[in-house]
Amino acid sequence: MTTPAPRSDDDGETGGALAGLAWALRRDLKLAFRTRSELAVQLLFYAIVVTLFPLATTPERTLLSTMGPGVLWVAALLASLLSLPRIFALDQADGTLEQMALSPWPLPAIVSGKILAHWLTTGLPVVVLAPLAALQYGLDGIAIGVLVAGLALGTPILSLLGAIGAALTLGVRGAGGLVALLVLPLYVPVLIFGAGAVDAVRAGIAVDANLSLLGAGLIVAALGSPFAAAAAVRIALD
Amino acid sequence: MNEFFAMGGYGWYVWMSYGACAVAVVAEVVALRARHRRAFADAKAAGVEPAPERMETAR
Amino acid sequence: MATNWYHYASPVTFYPLAGRLAPWFAAIAALLAAAGLWIGFGLAPTDATQGEAYRIIYIHVPTAWMAMFVYLVMAFWSALALAFNTRLSAMMAQALAPTGALMAALALWTGAFWGRPTWGTYWAWDARMTSTLILLFLYLGVIALRSAIDDPRRADRACAVLTLVGAVNVPIIYFSVRWWNTLHQGASVSLTAAPKMASLMLSGMLVMSFAAWAWCIAAALWRVRAIILERERGSAWVATLPGMGRSAGVPGQGPKGLRSPPPSRCATRVSD
Repeated sequence: MTTPAPRSDDDGETGGALAGLAWALRRDLKLAFRTRSELAVQLLFYAIVVTLFPLATTPERTLLSTMGPGVLWVAALLASLLSLPRIFALDQADGTLEQMALSPWPLPAIVSGKILAHWLTTGLPVVVLAPLAALQYGLDGIAIGVLVAGLALGTPILSLLGAIGAALTLGVRGAGGLVALLVLPLYVPVLIFGAGAVDAVRAGIAVDANLSLLGAGLIVAALGSPFAAAAAVRIALD
Repeated sequence: MNEFFAMGGYGWYVWMSYGACAVAVVAEVVALRARHRRAFADAKAAGVEPAPERMETAR
Repeated sequence: MATNWYHYASPVTFYPLAGRLAPWFAAIAALLAAAGLWIGFGLAPTDATQGEAYRIIYIHVPTAWMAMFVYLVMAFWSALALAFNTRLSAMMAQALAPTGALMAALALWTGAFWGRPTWGTYWAWDARMTSTLILLFLYLGVIALRSAIDDPRRADRACAVLTLVGAVNVPIIYFSVRWWNTLHQGASVSLTAAPKMASLMLSGMLVMSFAAWAWCIAAALWRVRAIILERERGSAWVATLPGMGRSAGVPGQGPKGLRSPPPSRCATRVSD
């Protein structure tokens, strides 16, 4: 693992923050590419969960298209949850996380880079795969478009909120189950607005309110949660 | 008196609600007593440990 | 006055203070509950539309209010604990969590038994019930995180961060659940059925709410005493508490007039 290079030239606070973000993003993407089979497994998890619901209920199209948005969103929540340990746990195990906390770059910036990498490697594939899964549920073109737009706005929020839970449970007994208990209640608004957008378009109501709320949530989460996650990382490293 | 407990036919709902709250309060009292007693006994058994950092005050 | 507050910001001085205050709050809770039940069951008339079933509000509304309010107080202590790194505020947050969870659980339980006769179902996906359920999950998350971390100082700060993140989210969750509820209006029922409440009903409900408030304070104070003993065990001041079997080496630090052992005193005061 490359250790963060100390700031060479005298760049300002924002310059240092951006450099830290970019460094963490590049590094985590490189690591993710090396373990891409793991990422494929998480995507398959999403595909399989989505496939199970019709088998558990009915292949009847009208019912499936009613359930579809909710099922696809719940599966996205679970897939995000499953991949949360990727953000910090390995780096804590090999001591890299401690190095990051000591680096001259601000820790929230590094954490932001790691969260962005997490979304690009686990959230974005779900967004891309969702139209295929939506076809299985008999959603039509415009509903699929709204679903994808909602997932594109909502899955980054899942990564941002999830990072707080992942950092709080670092090295804690039974972290896997605990992180679900901590994070899933916080995911509720994302689920409601995301699935609600698809429901709205299917009912012929305007969807912009749902999508705007998701966008507002994304901005708030992007501004707040890197700091909370960085605080949680420092607590875990103490 | 019977009329009071019947609650106009809603006795089951009313007394299940109040009964649960009474049970919960009693259970909390019992749990708090047990916890405090256990903590007291443990502290008694521990005696004084040479741990200077425990003497720091809150601030 | 300021010096007084700092004086009681230490577990050493707060332990006896909590021991003196808790019985009073428990007694106030018992008296107010007796008065509230007398107003609610003895004086207040039968509701015209709901019959006697409405009398559940005297317990349902106070527990629902306290479930939310205790979370706010917990967030307040958590913020203090993070900002000033004070041990006692973290202990207060820790002491409040189980009582808050109990209040949320009771609000759900009594809500179910109120919903059955009035709506015809034990559980409706009503906005308030759903957000109370999620609030209960938040409480349980804080408690579970606390019990999963061995180092109390780390647990304090981790739980404080989680509580604050939850506190920011509680209004958003409530708003989103209401949004979802109005979108799916078809099967749902309105909880705000009572147009105007008779003043006796309202006063009974308020008195019961103050009783629940006093009870939460009493329970939190007793729990914080236990937590202080658990965490400070082995320190010199704990060893000089009455009942520890040691002569008091530090004068003025033992709780005045506290006969040993303290737990029995708690029980006799609380049960009357």
